Amino acid sequence: MASAERHDVVVIGGGSAGLAAAVAAHDAGAGDVLVLEREGQLGGILNQCIHNGFGLHTFKEELTGPEYAARYVAQATERKITHLLRTTVLDVSADRVVTAVNAERGVFRIEAGAVVLAMGCRERPRGALGIAGTRPAGVYTAGCAQRLVNIDGYLPGREVVVLGSGDIGLIMARRLTLEGAHVACVAELMPYSGGLKRNIVQCLDDFGIPLYLSHTVVGVEGRGRVKAVTIARVDEALRPIPGTERRYECDTLLLSVGLLPENELSRQAGVELSPVTRGPVVDESLQTSVPGIFACGNVLHVHDLVDYVSEEAAVAGRSAAAWALGGGRAAASDAMPTEHELVCGEGVRYTVPAHLSPQRMGERLTLRFRVSGVYQDCHLSVYAGERRIVHRRKQVVAPGEMQEVVLRRDQLQGLHGGEKIRVLLEEA
Amino acid sequence: MEKRWYDVAVVGAGVSGCATARELSRYDASVLVLEALDDVCCGTSKANSAIVHAGFDAAEGTLMARLNVEGNAMFPQLSRDLDFPFEQVGSLVVCLDEGARPDLEALLDRGAANGVPGLRIVERDELRQMEPNVSDEAVCALWAPTGGICDPWGLCCALAENAAANGVEFRFDARVAAIDRDEEGLWRLRLEDGGEVVTRTVVNAAGVHADELHNMVSPRRMTIVARRGEYELLDTTAGAHVHHTVFALPTKMGKGVLVTPTTHGNLLVGPTADDIDDKDDTSTTPRGMRSVVEKSALTVKDVPFRETITSFSGLRAHRPEHEFAIGEVHGAPGFVDCAGIESPGLTASPAIGVMVAGIVRDILGLEPKEGFVATRRGFVDLDKVSPDEWNALVEGDSSYGTIVCRCRRVSEGQIRDACRRVPGARSVDGVKRRVTATMGRCQGGFCSPRVMQIICEEVEGMDMLHVSKSGPGSEYVVGLAKQPVEGGEARG
Repeated sequence: MASAERHDVVVIGGGSAGLAAAVAAHDAGAGDVLVLEREGQLGGILNQCIHNGFGLHTFKEELTGPEYAARYVAQATERKITHLLRTTVLDVSADRVVTAVNAERGVFRIEAGAVVLAMGCRERPRGALGIAGTRPAGVYTAGCAQRLVNIDGYLPGREVVVLGSGDIGLIMARRLTLEGAHVACVAELMPYSGGLKRNIVQCLDDFGIPLYLSHTVVGVEGRGRVKAVTIARVDEALRPIPGTERRYECDTLLLSVGLLPENELSRQAGVELSPVTRGPVVDESLQTSVPGIFACGNVLHVHDLVDYVSEEAAVAGRSAAAWALGGGRAAASDAMPTEHELVCGEGVRYTVPAHLSPQRMGERLTLRFRVSGVYQDCHLSVYAGERRIVHRRKQVVAPGEMQEVVLRRDQLQGLHGGEKIRVLLEEA
Repeated sequence: MEKRWYDVAVVGAGVSGCATARELSRYDASVLVLEALDDVCCGTSKANSAIVHAGFDAAEGTLMARLNVEGNAMFPQLSRDLDFPFEQVGSLVVCLDEGARPDLEALLDRGAANGVPGLRIVERDELRQMEPNVSDEAVCALWAPTGGICDPWGLCCALAENAAANGVEFRFDARVAAIDRDEEGLWRLRLEDGGEVVTRTVVNAAGVHADELHNMVSPRRMTIVARRGEYELLDTTAGAHVHHTVFALPTKMGKGVLVTPTTHGNLLVGPTADDIDDKDDTSTTPRGMRSVVEKSALTVKDVPFRETITSFSGLRAHRPEHEFAIGEVHGAPGFVDCAGIESPGLTASPAIGVMVAGIVRDILGLEPKEGFVATRRGFVDLDKVSPDEWNALVEGDSSYGTIVCRCRRVSEGQIRDACRRVPGARSVDGVKRRVTATMGRCQGGFCSPRVMQIICEEVEGMDMLHVSKSGPGSEYVVGLAKQPVEGGEARG
């Protein structure tokens, strides 16, 4: 192999997170940013999300996925940010040597001043759910079906049952209906939907597609191709209740049953992963446990809205630039920084970041998290030590909608070393 | 010019049929393999424990015992000649109860009588060292250093390709509907599609359907029961949970399941055993899945089932006599059974091939032919090549630099290679079985559309509307998008 080339910031993944990180890193002074993308074009999964609703926060208008991606591609192009397409990263080492492969160059190595992980996530497949029955063609993850329809131009099936009410499943229920297929129902294991409220309304209600909460698929029939799918109601322990089975003759089962951050590379680099998010454990700069390696977007934790991905990724990009330009150190601060762990209290599953330092964090810090169930009329509270610093009333919070709270540095003043910051839901 | 007849028609392109075909290809004979489904390795051979058994299970003096030990001994050389994945990891039969020690010792004695080398009983401390995740209840275990794991798809494809390279013909989607012996003593095989094959001899390697074929030519009825086994396959992240194949010592409570690494780096747990009526029913059941999980915990602790990527079931071709049925059928000259090939059939398959080919050779008086090529080039495994080797591949064919299946790290070049082999992949499962694309943790969610496209580019006459998961009837798409709804009216 030829000797390794060097770049200030190497961004792994040219989707929404990677592009926003690259642009922000450039704007923060990193002159030499390289984006590595495994597909044949930039934009990531947005390229197949041809529905609208993207960009309301970032651009104050409703864009389609490809349009949203195009804005960031244009920003990257304006800045002459370099990228390599059809390039798969094989390894990231703890000392930030990135090994990649493509058809032009074969296997090659790049030394990175800082690395931004932006590989996105993948869909949980059928096997992870333990659905009994046969294994015919016609069982698709929603994203795979979306690709076949929106990119390749094929109809995956005519009579469809959807399991899981994640956003892609809801979007695909509508898309397949528009393409001429019939969607019999959407079954959701939990007593609440995993998707955004607006998607339930716009993708199911508007098309008369029933959503059956507390239901799951208990059987798949068909040798070559799916012939029927049986769903059943589940009890509080999520076990199917005998006698509640309903059988749908259909040729397609679409799965939208969860997204998993793709952290195989992170693991190789020795990055500590959260058992809850399955993404890296990060600090306020979105730096992972491995110095100089940052993470953002769906590889960090699965998002609902791309606007927040872009916002988060910009933080990672700026932090990576600062690290690379600082010669491998975080942005300087006068005081010895204190580290505070963020602890999840009642109703909160995880927080990003998982720990922070008030001295390093800048004036404001956006804290993102998900709740563990549907809570009505409650307060989102944050305690710094014993002191409550946030107490925000919410009419309803649900696991399908990511929550965020902005912390100001002055709120955290007076925290002693070792004191924790607690995030929780409190009764109104 | 079309041949009037073949010397041998092998019915069934599973591992027994392919091993037999490959051995027959050493001789000067015209050999045709007929397969009911669309590819090699589509039945019993494709879904099993992928174990190369040491040979202590079968009763002394049985054909099963002999062919098991012979087959086991052939694997190291065969895997080098035909370049398919095989690892002699060794196996452990775990005893959970001091009171059952005599049963373990009996197994050791039987193995020794069968000629299994290197067997010994390892005690608790050594066992823990060998297998840190073994159950805390484990007392001791039977260690068999010649136990191994192999890739049954890789083995079957290797045998078939090598047979084809030596002149054997393969015909797929060719299910035999009837067999007659004509006045000249030739066998006439009528196919379901209306075609006919004429042959001097028939090898019945039809797996779970071998009894149906046998009973077409013999009044001495054969019965084969489909015995279904369910498995759970875990991600490569769980592949090192055990280092050897871990069996449970059978007890009054039942047989237990095995926990084993696979040559693909996964962890495989199973099987259950249920006799079923429908010989094509490879569905999984909630009860079976639960049973696999519960039984595995007896011998191995903390199996991370959260990492499960797929559940599947396979059918063993079980005869009530529990013995291989290999030989020329009485009253049906030239019709040779190779039936009831259940566990340890995969292990025995190389020896079965030699035995069955020998029977056919003697019937027909075949002579060895010149120019037999004993070796075959395997598929590239990018996890096992150095960067320099990979670069050499890319230099020769740049498509080896484009990764298609990210989970298993499979390049476009390998997928094209799978399609270009003879016999080659024509379906997505065919690609999977040869080069593992789509069998990783996302189960083809990302790469299957691309794999479909490559198949269309490589397989003559294939298009996206016809590319299938596993042959006709399992097509992936039903039409083009953006087409008017039939009838022109919206439903509702």
